[in-house]
Amino acid sequence: MSDPLSPHGAIRAITQARLNFGPPRFAADTAASLDFALDHARAREAVESELDVARLTAGLDAMGLPHDTVTSAAASRDVFITRPDLGRQLPQDQADALSRHTPPDVAVVLGDGLSAIAIALNGVAFVTELSKSLSQDRLSIGPVILARQARVGLGDGIALALGAKTVVMIVGERPGLSAADGLGVYITQNPSAQTPDSARNCISNVRAEGLPINDAARQTYDLIKEMRALGCSGVALNQSRATNVLTSD
Amino acid sequence: MTYFADIDGQRFKWPSLKHLLAHATPERTGDQLAGLCASGPVERLAAQRCLADVPLKAFLDDVLQVEDDDVTALIFEQHDAKAFSPIASLTVGAFRDWMLDPTTTGTDLTAIAWGVTPEMVAAVSKIMRAQDLIAVAAKIEVVTKFRSTIGLRGHMSTRNQPNHPADDSRGIALSAIDGLLMGTGDAVIGVNPATDTVPDYIRICEVLELIRTQLDIPTQHCLLGHVSTAIKAMEQNAPVDLVFQSVAGSTKANAGFGVTLPMLDEAYDAVHSLGRAPAGSNIMYFETGQGAALSADAHHDMDQQTMEVRAYAVARAYRPLLVNTVVGFIGPEYLANGKQIIRAALEDHFCGKLLGLPMGVDVCYTNHSYADQEDMDVLLTVLSAAGVSFVITVPGSDDIMLNYQTLSHHDANYIRTTLQRPPAPEFAAWMDRMGIGTPDVKIPSIENALGQLRLPTS
Repeated sequence: MSDPLSPHGAIRAITQARLNFGPPRFAADTAASLDFALDHARAREAVESELDVARLTAGLDAMGLPHDTVTSAAASRDVFITRPDLGRQLPQDQADALSRHTPPDVAVVLGDGLSAIAIALNGVAFVTELSKSLSQDRLSIGPVILARQARVGLGDGIALALGAKTVVMIVGERPGLSAADGLGVYITQNPSAQTPDSARNCISNVRAEGLPINDAARQTYDLIKEMRALGCSGVALNQSRATNVLTSD
Repeated sequence: MTYFADIDGQRFKWPSLKHLLAHATPERTGDQLAGLCASGPVERLAAQRCLADVPLKAFLDDVLQVEDDDVTALIFEQHDAKAFSPIASLTVGAFRDWMLDPTTTGTDLTAIAWGVTPEMVAAVSKIMRAQDLIAVAAKIEVVTKFRSTIGLRGHMSTRNQPNHPADDSRGIALSAIDGLLMGTGDAVIGVNPATDTVPDYIRICEVLELIRTQLDIPTQHCLLGHVSTAIKAMEQNAPVDLVFQSVAGSTKANAGFGVTLPMLDEAYDAVHSLGRAPAGSNIMYFETGQGAALSADAHHDMDQQTMEVRAYAVARAYRPLLVNTVVGFIGPEYLANGKQIIRAALEDHFCGKLLGLPMGVDVCYTNHSYADQEDMDVLLTVLSAAGVSFVITVPGSDDIMLNYQTLSHHDANYIRTTLQRPPAPEFAAWMDRMGIGTPDVKIPSIENALGQLRLPTS
């Protein structure tokens, strides 16, 4: 069906738009209609999915990575979806619990974001790669924090509680109709309670068919080294160097 | 001034008109997020009853209560006391009754367009049910014109939105042709660019111009880049039909879009001086959406729907060809589900039409909203009943650049055949000439378009 030499295949190579091949039909046919509904069902399932903490901790144990778990101030999935502000807040008792760990150099957080499925598929592999690079540089990451009902900003509170100067917040991206397995990686130097988005660097679409995990982990590592050398991240980091080839949004 | 209402022996109070408007607003997540909503359904009804008794004249004060807001200044400047005079003695509730009265015609409603302010219009919409919003909007005919005529009673136009995640010229062209083969694009062929550079802006305008001229389509095209990019592209003689900008209801919210009113003036003058449009044409295109001001922390404690209607004051200053609310794009923290999206779209459409705007709707949702394509079917159908000027369509409802779902080209055909709403007359005649929808179609199929049309190579 997608023979690159056929007109259909050549067009598919140019655009993934759901074009109407063949004679124009004035209503979507049954197959196209049900295909669309299935793609949406998959996206909804990803949005509604909960972080599978048992499986993630087993995966981290197997890699020899310590871990801890938190839940944002959004107590349920429904609250999380409609109250992004609560998904950015770390309750005080959980912050107190995290502060008992030895302060690491880099806090690493796996948060469900808008697709816990993406974390289940790619989360452990990403942090394993990243931790290898960081440990070669003798940078400690402390326990990997598994965060339920987590928006990007939750990483700031976690880093402050742990006493880390750098935070890597990995969240499941909002699912599209064609993919629900993309990770977004947000790296922030010197996070505060009011970190603006402009002070973060972001690597997006981290997944097998997008930016491969190893490449994304390498880019993250390079950014962390640069941020720690220059003492800033985001727009300030871009401004303090000649080019901004590492940033992506 | 304090407002109050007593219900079942309980007194509810609101410290200002702005608070009263917020607490009278039908439930939606954005106002909850902002902490501006009623405490519950009974307080909301108390606020609505109180609001119904407020004289329209009360809205001629500064409702936003923010110093030096240029949207507020524009609202004052636009107010036409003569046009207001037929309704000047009415309360909000009596204004609703007057609009719904069968003896009040579309002409009567059009005559007050510059007499009412956005806050008056927002206020009355809050005490109108879906049926009321549909019934009044359906009376109002707002006609605008460029190469096609949009908004004629009984017609529904479409924006053909051929987006591509890499702005690939052939990808955009193929998607545009897919829509043309289905008869969409009489309002505009409009692309949201993935990048916002001047060379890309010019290139994509040229792609759209090539398609329009080769197929001799009576429509216009638009690249929905930033207005400042459009100005630079026009300085380099890009073939720009319409200038686009997202706008919002306060100075600060517009600053969030990187836009000021003088920039819009400059863009209007620039596109006008290109002389591409027939004399008297409308040459601007605006998008808006509830929640835009709140997301920029620029709502000044005003509810999201009233802020949205204030944006229409900005839009109408430029007599645009097209305006649409991007109603479900912003996400469930502002409009949670199908019910809230449908209600907001009907409000936006009604309020825009009453203010004299050629109001369209991007009937859409994101994957994290509690909504699906069936909600969009219902919304499209009710909007057609309300006489929506245009809707947006893409191949198979899937916008592969913006990653959200809007209507499909097929959906436009559903309304055309089921509710008899043809596109603009010039475009309908072109469809007939080209045999669109027949086996003898004269424009190339998707499979043959790359070989048969003169298109850029990248």
